[in-house]
Amino acid sequence: MVEFFTETSIGQVLLILGQSLLLIVPLLVALAFLLLIDRKVWAAVQMRKGPNIVGPFGLLQSFADFLKYIVKEVVVPAGADRSVFFLAPMISFVMAVIAWAVIPFADGWVLADLNVALLYVFAVSSLEVYGVIMGGWASNSKYPFLGSLRSAAQMISYEVSIGLIIVGVIISTGSFNFGQIVAAQDGDFGLFNWYWLPHFPMLFLFLISAMAETNRPPFDLPEAESELVAGYQVEYSSTPFLLFMIGEYVAIVLMCALVSLLFFGGWLSPIPGLPDGVLWMVLKMFFVFFIFAMVKAITPRYRYDQLMRLGWKVFLPLSLAWVVIVSFLAKFEVLGGFWARWTLGV
Amino acid sequence: MNAVAIIFYLFALSVITGGLFTVIARNPVHSVLWLILSFLSSAGLFILVGAEFVALLLVIVYVGAVAVLFLFVVMMLDVDFAELKAEMAKYMPLALLIGVVLLMQLALAFGVWDTSEGYAERLAAPYVLDVENTQGLGMLLYDRYILLFQLAGLVLLVAMIGAIVLTLRHRKDVKRQDVLAQMYRDPAKALEMKDVKPGQGL
Repeated sequence: MVEFFTETSIGQVLLILGQSLLLIVPLLVALAFLLLIDRKVWAAVQMRKGPNIVGPFGLLQSFADFLKYIVKEVVVPAGADRSVFFLAPMISFVMAVIAWAVIPFADGWVLADLNVALLYVFAVSSLEVYGVIMGGWASNSKYPFLGSLRSAAQMISYEVSIGLIIVGVIISTGSFNFGQIVAAQDGDFGLFNWYWLPHFPMLFLFLISAMAETNRPPFDLPEAESELVAGYQVEYSSTPFLLFMIGEYVAIVLMCALVSLLFFGGWLSPIPGLPDGVLWMVLKMFFVFFIFAMVKAITPRYRYDQLMRLGWKVFLPLSLAWVVIVSFLAKFEVLGGFWARWTLGV
Repeated sequence: MNAVAIIFYLFALSVITGGLFTVIARNPVHSVLWLILSFLSSAGLFILVGAEFVALLLVIVYVGAVAVLFLFVVMMLDVDFAELKAEMAKYMPLALLIGVVLLMQLALAFGVWDTSEGYAERLAAPYVLDVENTQGLGMLLYDRYILLFQLAGLVLLVAMIGAIVLTLRHRKDVKRQDVLAQMYRDPAKALEMKDVKPGQGL
């Protein structure tokens, strides 16, 4: 039986398919509840109850929404480019999901243990912008087009600073591999060994850039309800819209996973002595998602020119300077190699 | 035919299809999308030969940034297709001539192609260093060829400054925003508090 899955090519394909399902199904189910938590937090901040009709405490609300989206009618606007119109939500969804192939949840719990894993995540997340641009253009409508042009500029601008922040972490670790990045954050002092401390200013820059990259409030200008109605999603209904929305939330949860892997030590336990494991990883991701939800609830939307100024004139110089600073700190092993961990992780 | 060969032919086919449709697609936006497919498939080919770092750089730089700008520009342009097609017939002979000349040059170059000693073995088993691709590339670029690398960077810097200088014009007759002045505005100077009695107004 074991030989069938490791030796024959059909067995290997089946094994990979099974592993992928094992990742995607819990991810999407967890997403349904995260969506609910997002709405509940938003409601609690505004002193409302939020969804509370379907199931106990509204727990099944996301599943009811899912059914509603599936059974609705698909409307294609007149003059829309049909093939691109339907390709866009698929790209948006697929690009968000395939990035998870390299995300580890515990030591060795990963589908593909690439040695360029971080670069792969960065490459895939830079492709997500295509879903938005293609959707906006193919709708053959003014508001979606404006929204997609905005988002193209926004996502590219903030990718630059995310890339530079990641470079700082890579310099500290000496590897693109998530396993080694987490291993480099292991130490005797629990949570004080994690990268949030040596890379402290970049943690906040990364969080803010992640919000801008995933079009989360306060940077949700591509879909600003008050001015563009819903940006590139205006003309979409039913399942294509659902794919856009799931894609967006999967990308957000991916950013939560990235923050916890890069800055909060992934599956490492915060207190020395307690066992490491997948539970810590999930808890940390949930904590970051809660921050995302709170920020959505309590901040007003940025103005577009301010958004671009922040990206190019504040974040880019800061993160670029940090790359240079970290290179010096790591090269000369300041504070006993606090920034130079490549000898520890291997 | 093993799995790698099948994947190679799939990627190769999609590179060629993408390239072909880039040229013959009627809608310029579709052209750019086919071009992106072509880029992605060539990244797949790079991964097949074991150059994963180069492949991902190709995706990040060309697909993630350059092609987005292409798409951005092409979408904003209002292209008149009928006029384009009329022009195409006029320039067709010249384009064909250039194509034939390029093809002949390639054929000439290939005709005198000579391979060095032990070429077949090296092709079968490329350089095996005991470092990862990323590390090997880093050692080459930033260690052995550091001066050439800096020189290339300098050329790019000059080009960038040139482009900025060419397009920079500071118009005096438009109002512009001074962000710092806005942020350092003092509320005490900008607004005045008045105590308005009910029923009286100001």
